[in-house]
Amino acid sequence: MGQDVEIADVSMRFGDFYAARDINVHIEAGEFFSFLGPSGCGKTTLLRLVSGFMDPTKGQIKIGGKDMIGIGSNNRPTAMIFQNLALFPLMTVMENIGFGLEVRGVPKVERIKKVEELIELVDLFGTGERFVSELSGGQMQRVAIARALAVNPAVLLLDEPLSALDLKLRHHMRAELRNIQRRTGVTFIYITHDQTEALTMSDRVGVMSIGKLEQVAVPDIIYNNPATAFVASFVGETNRLQGTISSIDGEYAVLNTASGPFSCKNPQRMSKGEEGTIFIRPETVFMTKESNASNLLACGIQNLSFEGAYAVVTLKTEQGQLLTMRLNNDGTAPRIKADENVNVTFNRENAFVLKSGDSSSA
Amino acid sequence: MRDFWKNALRDLGKIGVAYIIITVGTWLVFMILIPQLIMFDYSLRPMLALRDIGGPKDVWTLKNYIVFFTNKLHMAIFFKTIWSSFIVTLVALAICYPIAFYLAKVVRGAKVGLLMLGLIIPYWINELLRLFAWQLILADSGILNQLLILLGIIVDPINFRAGNGAVILGMTYAYILFMVFPIYNVMESLDRNQLDAARDLGASWLRIHRRIVMPHAKPGIAVGCTMTFMLAAGTVAAPQLLGSPSSFWFTQVINTNFECANWNQGAAYATVLMLLCMIFMFIMLKIFKVGLKELTQ
Repeated sequence: MGQDVEIADVSMRFGDFYAARDINVHIEAGEFFSFLGPSGCGKTTLLRLVSGFMDPTKGQIKIGGKDMIGIGSNNRPTAMIFQNLALFPLMTVMENIGFGLEVRGVPKVERIKKVEELIELVDLFGTGERFVSELSGGQMQRVAIARALAVNPAVLLLDEPLSALDLKLRHHMRAELRNIQRRTGVTFIYITHDQTEALTMSDRVGVMSIGKLEQVAVPDIIYNNPATAFVASFVGETNRLQGTISSIDGEYAVLNTASGPFSCKNPQRMSKGEEGTIFIRPETVFMTKESNASNLLACGIQNLSFEGAYAVVTLKTEQGQLLTMRLNNDGTAPRIKADENVNVTFNRENAFVLKSGDSSSA
Repeated sequence: MRDFWKNALRDLGKIGVAYIIITVGTWLVFMILIPQLIMFDYSLRPMLALRDIGGPKDVWTLKNYIVFFTNKLHMAIFFKTIWSSFIVTLVALAICYPIAFYLAKVVRGAKVGLLMLGLIIPYWINELLRLFAWQLILADSGILNQLLILLGIIVDPINFRAGNGAVILGMTYAYILFMVFPIYNVMESLDRNQLDAARDLGASWLRIHRRIVMPHAKPGIAVGCTMTFMLAAGTVAAPQLLGSPSSFWFTQVINTNFECANWNQGAAYATVLMLLCMIFMFIMLKIFKVGLKELTQ
């Protein structure tokens, strides 16, 4: 069964560079938790800290309430699945899966029984005697999962294991991973730079920028209520309008931007006179005929790109600001052509102002 | 085979193919085949005075080989040479395996270059001079004895050069590179994640080496061992300079034969030694289950 992981005030420094800085997060037992962030944000470092390949410069890591500092990776209740899988090429599939058991001195008969169970769990029938080089990408993935699960880990650490697979297989493996996680009850800590992967699979997601944990929340909160400008720009497509807050109205704020005043939510409780960026998702932008609607933007259509289920419309305001709008192909959207002029708007519920911060790095 | 030549012609052109055939052919014929055949021919003829060569007494015979198998002393020296070369190989392996692993998988960046340089620098000096240096260290009034006396550990100098110790030491030192580099090369290509993965699954360092590193480094270990063994069995310098009468090497027997103008006997002995080296190589390949093809990788 899974155990909880407590990462408290953890910092990791390499020379002058902080790969992780003051990270605080508590991962529940049996949870599917993802760290999402661009490459170089320190998420792999964090994973290696939990697995015990290194100890943090500062802070504490507890697994199942037990302090892990000073305990090597061979003695932690974790198992890791590496980005390149790191299967042992000179061993058969069975030997690979059974390696952790062999190390623990499990007698051969018992070992084979356990390995066969795992082969069944990850759906690898008939490959036991083969060498890993003879397997397909998806099969190798399964061997890596089985090998890690063989040692009955309380926490499974996954370092972007799906990134090398093609799209279809990736989709399939996502569902499978989720499935295996539910069936085994093991705590999964998943590292990825792919937001869809993080959002679809995880119970909770931690978004990381350079060495910093920006927000920890369930997927829809991450998407709909990003806590920082970084999260808003890194997760999902978004439109940005920069301006200064001119008035506050309860939960909402009005910003003066180059394209006019706009009303939106103010989750960070920013005050009048502060500079901020309004974030608006393309799917919440819509066309309107009303010429006196609030949050109105008069635009010219620059480009239309039909994607099947929806169309992506690139708009340019009179002030030269570019916006993206997504139109669902459900028959309700009016027919439009490039170079036409349209008025678009958005509900203040669907937009939010955040401190500008380091959103540019996303 | 026809495809092979076709492809070669297409890739290299007529001049390229001709160049390769001529160079490789010259090397094969003049530097390997002919000298070996001449040696072999010599070994099968009796030693004769100049006027008898080509005469009725100049016939092919196994006499020279029979001499070897009936001379107990030479047989003993032969087996001692094998045994000592084997020990040199084992000692070199024991020293070089950790060095190679350290260079390939532990240190990173500029340090690797520095350490490599450290390994190579002694080889800028001629092998004979390096062996003379050992002579100076190990001599009765040498540095080592002086140091030990100075430290009060011993009173009278130790004769380090009695027995085979000094020769084995000198050879191990002389051939370290031939062991380090092949092992280093294969270890370099080992994915560090595999070490981490094995560690993560709970393996001790001993097991990681036994199950992951050694199987991977097998071809390199086999190459290093064969090279070291052949060099050790085939050298004459180290036993000559560092040895005592009690540590006579088989190569010295061969050398004496040639010096005493019994080239035929020397040729027979040299052939025996060469056969032994070949057998050793194939045994090594068998033990490590390495194919000839893998050796060249």
